[in-house]
Amino acid sequence: MDHSQFTQRFRQGLSEDLKRMQDEVEAVAKKAGLDFFPVVFEMVKPEEMSMLAAYGGFPQRYPHWRFGMEYEQIHKSYSYGLSKIYEMVINTDPCTAYLMNVNHLTDQKLVMAHVYGHCDFFKNNMWFGGTNRKMLDQMANHAARIRRWIDRLGTERVEAFIDACLSVDNLIDIHAGAIQRQPTGRNDLREQIRERARAGETPELPDAKNFKFDVDHSYMDEYINPKDEVLARREAALEATLKPGKVPEKPERGVLGFILEHAPLHDWEADILGIIRAEALYFAPQAQTKIMNEGWATFWHTKLMTEKLAHANEIVQYAESTSGTTAMNPRQLNPYKLGLELFRDIEMRWDTGRHGREFDACDDMEAKRTWFVDERGGLEKVFGVRQVYNDVQFVDAFLTEDFCRRQGFFAYGYDKKSKQFLIESRQFEEIKQKLLTQLTNFGQPMLEVVDSNFDNRGELLLAHRHTGADLQMDWAETALGNLSRLWKRPVHAETQLGGRPVRLSHDGEKPSRTFLDRKESEKSPKKET
Amino acid sequence: MISKIEGDVRRFRDIVRGRIRRDLKKYMSNGEMIGRKGKDFVSIPLPQIQLPRFRFGDNEGGVGAGDGDEGDSVGEPGDGEGSGKAGQGAGQHILEVDVTIEELAEIMGEELELPRIEPKGERNIVAKKDKYNRIAPVGPDSLKHFRRTYKRALQRQISAGTYDPSNPVITPQRSDNRYRSWREDSKPERNAVIVYMMDVSGSMGDAQKEIVRTEAFWIDTWLASQYDGLETRFIIHDAQAREVDRDTFFSTRESGGTLISSAYKLCMKMIDEEYPHQEWNIYPFHFSDGDNWSGSDTRDCMRLLTEDMLPKVNAFCYGQVESEYGSGQFINELKKSFPEDERVILSRIENRDAVMESIKTFLGKGR
Repeated sequence: MDHSQFTQRFRQGLSEDLKRMQDEVEAVAKKAGLDFFPVVFEMVKPEEMSMLAAYGGFPQRYPHWRFGMEYEQIHKSYSYGLSKIYEMVINTDPCTAYLMNVNHLTDQKLVMAHVYGHCDFFKNNMWFGGTNRKMLDQMANHAARIRRWIDRLGTERVEAFIDACLSVDNLIDIHAGAIQRQPTGRNDLREQIRERARAGETPELPDAKNFKFDVDHSYMDEYINPKDEVLARREAALEATLKPGKVPEKPERGVLGFILEHAPLHDWEADILGIIRAEALYFAPQAQTKIMNEGWATFWHTKLMTEKLAHANEIVQYAESTSGTTAMNPRQLNPYKLGLELFRDIEMRWDTGRHGREFDACDDMEAKRTWFVDERGGLEKVFGVRQVYNDVQFVDAFLTEDFCRRQGFFAYGYDKKSKQFLIESRQFEEIKQKLLTQLTNFGQPMLEVVDSNFDNRGELLLAHRHTGADLQMDWAETALGNLSRLWKRPVHAETQLGGRPVRLSHDGEKPSRTFLDRKESEKSPKKET
Repeated sequence: MISKIEGDVRRFRDIVRGRIRRDLKKYMSNGEMIGRKGKDFVSIPLPQIQLPRFRFGDNEGGVGAGDGDEGDSVGEPGDGEGSGKAGQGAGQHILEVDVTIEELAEIMGEELELPRIEPKGERNIVAKKDKYNRIAPVGPDSLKHFRRTYKRALQRQISAGTYDPSNPVITPQRSDNRYRSWREDSKPERNAVIVYMMDVSGSMGDAQKEIVRTEAFWIDTWLASQYDGLETRFIIHDAQAREVDRDTFFSTRESGGTLISSAYKLCMKMIDEEYPHQEWNIYPFHFSDGDNWSGSDTRDCMRLLTEDMLPKVNAFCYGQVESEYGSGQFINELKKSFPEDERVILSRIENRDAVMESIKTFLGKGR
């Protein structure tokens, strides 16, 4: 079935003029160079849109009160006229997108153009490469599995476990799909040596070459790498290999995956935890590319609407809706706006040759301002960028000082004295640093498993990679308690609080804190009040 | 399609109800909810219902855009999050949940085990309401029921044999016309009036008034759920009594002496003139610190109660708010005069924490 046949078949829900509109938008988008999965638009009522938004775009999710809460909030906010969802699109093949039946026709056209932008991004951005494009089915399967567990075990029990899982579902390794951090099984040289030792063989010593320092001149070799020294290093390494190591050997970022492998979970618990982890991993690329994804879709809808699609009588409505979605709040960067402006800036720079060493080295501001080399490579460049970057790399590579000044960005911080957020700086480096910090690990704190046998008591020890901002302690302690439900033994997390190293612990009943910089004599677990 | 989420919404509401029930005592004693009352619902802050996560504290700052110099403010934590007051410490995201007054009353009734009130039989009045659920052969053209008229004409033509299927023209005559019409629907309606009386003499301080205010909120909530129509009236008194509106009631402070009988007299006047006791369920509530000017006035009060008030009301409730100035004698006098009378309900409220117990006393009789 080719593209057009497919869309013919699957868009029964649209009225004739909307179908015509879709054909028009699709043709224009294709001509502009966008490359997308077939798109199925569905027309929904506002309540349905609120429901789908609460469900993360999917019509089938497992039963959980959180969806109900989100629905109430979203729908209340819509009913009071505080917010409005124009569109929703999910990363599947074919791409499913929803239109709201109360929207203006011009808005529907805008939304369609926007959706084709998203869909092109889903299909071509490499960070989405590993996601399951049949997630509609997968989500429905998850829902069915969890319903079955609920039927067997009761709502309360399953729900309490889901709560515990969800509370730590940001502790995933977002790159898990792409790389293997911990070598497993036969791929691991050390594991092979161990296996041979277990089988009673004398394990071969690893190649001596691996234990030599590099030398530039061969006559230096015997001075830099004395024979005895190399031999001793070899043996020490072998011994270390044969000794049962710490689990995990290196800090493990995928905490949920680690628990799934190592905790004594019941069948049903493992099944549910696996589901929650799979869904969290599915949604992770969207959090990783929020700025780019929204920026790309906005970049294209503005381009297509103003150049091709909008009729003269639709321009005012179009402009109003677009200005609404790209409005900036002084305390929050709008990803639509930031992404849009960055893509436009890239297009402009690569069209006029304002990049590269020569341009960067030029310190004549007037020359820079009027710089022009007829490259016309802008469009090609933005397509290339949408293919391989994620938000962190995107901002790192393309947020220039000039751009920052033009957009009027500033960095702000919390001032304890006045209890207010104050503008701290308009220095480019500081702004960029702060922005990158916010985007790293999609804005979530990074916690890693460092030891699964802490204190030789089978307790789990996590370490928080502290990057300047403290954790919110009360939440962290409760989340730790939920983690101990999964691990079934006490868990600990080392972090910092007000510049002091601290270990948060939770034994399943109550949390406690130990400051690690205190002397041994005054060490007494501080009770949580 | 929409029904899918309803299960989740219901579950969420159940959890909310559970939380409210668990913390009901806290809510009842600190009066926080009163300011959050809208017309049909109360907005309740629930701090613990979101899923806790590892995340950064709220005070980390970030990047924004706009005008301003270094050192200029861009707002306070919690701005734009809609929480009523700044929580303890930064980053307290409080979830506000709207609960209807009826639901709140239901939770309260279940938790305090309040019996439902049996209104007095002959006090029911019958309210008449017009409902357009009838069809009549006469009426104004604007209410003509076209489908019925057409059917009527069709019937007539078929039975008269003038209907031609190949040329189905229907011509209604005057007698075919049908009109929408109304029927009088009578429904017993049970109305209640609460008359709040409060001593505002110098010895009643702000703390005492706050307790009364909290009690009044919960009494309103419960009685409103029991009756179709609920009215509230307010009387303040020192040596003289006068009727005031709700705001004045809770904010006035006078300094004179205290003559409780003045309030009871005004209350009776109000009842006799506006709320015939055959038709109304009447609840006088009196709050005081128990100090009356003289023994003779107290005797007047007892006489007023026995002869005039008690025969007409569902229950007379007296709440004595402890204050450091009052002698607190009045409640003892009442106890002495009406040792066995079910219609007199007395409660001593020592402090905020006693509010819940006192409401249970007042409303627990089911009168």
